Amino acid sequence: MKGQRLGWAPYALLLPSLVFLAVFFAAPMVQAFGLAFQNDAGNWSLESWRTMFADAQFREALVTTLILIVILIPVQFVLAMAMALVINARLKWSGLWLYIYAIPLGISELAAGIIWFAIFTQQGWLNSILEGLGILDRPYIFLNYQNPAWLISAVVLAEAWRATSIIMIILVAGLQGIPRDFFEAADVFGATSWQKVRRVILPMLRPSVQVALILRTILAFQAFAVVIALAGGGLTVLSSEAYRWYSDYRDSHVAAAYAGFILMLSVVSTILFLWLLPVREEQQG
Amino acid sequence: MAEIRLQGITKIFDKKVRAVDEVDLTIADREFMVLLGPSGCGKTTLMRMIAGLEYPEHGRVSIGNRDVTDLPPRRRDISMVFQSYAVFPHLTVFDNVAFGLRMKNIAKAEIKRRVEGAAELVQLGPYLERYPAQLSGGQRQRVAVARAIVMEPAVLLMDEPLSNLDALLRLNFRAELKRLVGELKTTTIYVTHDQVEAMSLGDRIAVMREGRIVQCGTPMEIYDRPANRFVGGFIGSPPMNFLSGRIERSNGHLQVGLGDQMLTVPATLGGRTAGEVLVGIRAENIEAEAAPAEGAIAARTEVVEPLGSHLLVTAAVGDQKLKIQARTDFPARPDAPLWLRPEPDKLRWFDPESGQEIDAR
Ligand SMILES: Nc1ncnc2c1ncn2[C@@H]1O[C@H](COP(=O)(O)OP(=O)(O)O)[C@@H](O)[C@H]1O
Ligand SMILES: [Mg+2]
Repeated sequence: MKGQRLGWAPYALLLPSLVFLAVFFAAPMVQAFGLAFQNDAGNWSLESWRTMFADAQFREALVTTLILIVILIPVQFVLAMAMALVINARLKWSGLWLYIYAIPLGISELAAGIIWFAIFTQQGWLNSILEGLGILDRPYIFLNYQNPAWLISAVVLAEAWRATSIIMIILVAGLQGIPRDFFEAADVFGATSWQKVRRVILPMLRPSVQVALILRTILAFQAFAVVIALAGGGLTVLSSEAYRWYSDYRDSHVAAAYAGFILMLSVVSTILFLWLLPVREEQQG
Repeated sequence: MAEIRLQGITKIFDKKVRAVDEVDLTIADREFMVLLGPSGCGKTTLMRMIAGLEYPEHGRVSIGNRDVTDLPPRRRDISMVFQSYAVFPHLTVFDNVAFGLRMKNIAKAEIKRRVEGAAELVQLGPYLERYPAQLSGGQRQRVAVARAIVMEPAVLLMDEPLSNLDALLRLNFRAELKRLVGELKTTTIYVTHDQVEAMSLGDRIAVMREGRIVQCGTPMEIYDRPANRFVGGFIGSPPMNFLSGRIERSNGHLQVGLGDQMLTVPATLGGRTAGEVLVGIRAENIEAEAAPAEGAIAARTEVVEPLGSHLLVTAAVGDQKLKIQARTDFPARPDAPLWLRPEPDKLRWFDPESGQEIDAR
C-alpha cells in the first residue's frame, strides 16, 4: 500500500468509530471531570478532591486496589504465559485447551463473583468438600469481615480465573505471529526451555506483553463486581468507593473525583509500562 | 571426526505423506554433501531429522559414531543456517552471533574473540552493533552463517541459504561459501533445489525424489552418468535430451533406429537385442553440421537461441525434439536442415518403462 494515494477513504472508514467514541466515551468523561472539579453550587472547586483524600475509606480502598494489582498482575501473567506456551506447542488437543481456557471470558464479571461466592460461602462447595473429606468438622467462614487476607485471596482467585484468558489470548496471538524458525534456531543453538522463553520468546513477544499488561492493569484498577459479590462491604476498592459515594451519599462530585483518580492511575501505569518495556522499531523483525 | 550415518530414515506426515522414505546415506568426515531435488521432495525434512527438529518414524541417525536419534538438537553438536535465516530481530549482530556460545556459558573474552573472528570471515566486522532490521538481506544471510560457524560444530547444516538472495549476490556468495566451508573443513550438509549450486559446491550430491535418494555421487558422475531419466532431466541446463528408439539387429551388429535413421551403438546394450530403448545425450555432446556427413543424423532446425558463449539450437529428428549446443559461428536458421553427430561414448541408454539406466559399457 506504500505510496498509494488513499484520499478521504480512511477517514470515512474511521468516522463511525470516532463518533461512537466521542458520544459514549469522550463526552461522559469530560462531564465526569467537570463534576469532579465543581461543588454542589456549580462553582469550580477542589472540594470533592479534598473530601476524597480526607475520607477514612480512601486509604484503605487505594491500598487494597494496589495489593490486588501487585498480586494479580504477576500471577496472571505467569499463568497466561504458561497457558499460551501450552497452546502454541501444538501438542495433541491444544486446540481444545484454548476453548477450555477461554470459557471464563464468556461469563460476566458479576456472575464470576457469584460463582466464587458459591464456592467460598459458609455452606459453599469448598466447605462441603473439606467436610466430606474429614479435613474440617464444621464449616469455616472464609469470607469473614474480620479476615481481610482471606477476602483478598478469594478476590485474587476469582479475578485470576476470570481474566487470565484475556491476557492469554493476547499472548497466543503474539506467539502465533512469531515464525517457528526462531524457536527452532534457539533449540539448535543450545537454549534450554527456560532460556528459550527468557532470551527469545519474551523479547520477541514484547509488543504483546506490553498490550496485555496495560490492558490488565487498567481493568484491575476498575475491579468492582467481583469484589462486591465476594466481600460485600468487607473489602473496599477505589471503584466501590466511587459507587458508594454515588449511591449511598448521593454525592456525584466525590464519586466523579474517584473516577478521575482511577483514570489518572491508569494513565500513569500505562506510561510506566510504555517506558519500562519500550518497543523499539529496529528491534522488530 | 564427524561422519554422519543415516539408516532407514522414514518420516510420515499426517499418517500418509511419506516425506522421507527409507533413506540410507553415509556422509564422510569433512565432506560437503548436497541434498538436491525438486521442491517438496523431502530435503528439508531429511535435514531437520539430522538436526533433531523432526523425529523419524523409524531409522537411526548417528553423528561421529554416536547415535543421536533420541537427542534434542542442542546435544547433537550441530549448527544450522535456516532458509529464512531466523536471525533474532531483538539482538544486535554481535549478540546474534554470540547466542549459541552464551548458551554454553563460554567465558566473555573468548566469546568476543570468536564472534569477532567469525564476523571477520563473513565480512560483517563493521556491523556488529547493528540490529538485523538495519541490514540488507545479504548481510542478514551472513549473520546466519556467522552464527552457525562460530560454534565450530561437528556438523554444519544449511537449508537453501542462498535462495532468498537476488541472482548476482547468489553467484558471489556461492563462491564465498565454497571458500569458507573449504577452510573450515566441517562436515556439511547443504540443501538446495538449484542444480547449478549443487554442482558448484558439493563434494558429492544426493539427488532426491519423492522422499527417496535416487542417486548419490560426485557432481561429475551424476552429470555424466545419471542413474535414471529423472536425474538426467533434472541436472544440467538444458536438461539431457531423451529420444526413444528401437533396438534392431542387422548383420550381427546392434543398431538403434530413430524413425528411419540408424544410430550405431555399443557392442552390448545390457544384453538387450530387441524392443524400445531411450537414448540420452547432452546438448554439448552433439556436434552440428550444416552439410550431410557420414554417420550423421538428419534433422531440422526449429529454434535458434544465441546465448553469447554459444548457440542453443532446438532441432527435430522425425517428430522428436532435442537441444544442441553449437558454436556461435554455426550457420543456424529456423527450418534449415542440419546434421547431428553425437559423441558415441557420451550416449546413455535408459529403459523406457522404468527410466533406469542400462549399463552398456
Ligand atoms: N510439518 C509438516 N506437516 C505435514 N506435511 C509436511 C510437513 N513438512 C513437510 N511436509 C510435506 O512433506 C513433503 C516434503 O517437504 P519438504 O521436506 O519441506 O520438501 P523440500 O524441502 O524438498 O521442498 C512435502 O510434501 C510437504 O508438503
Ligand atoms: Mg525445503
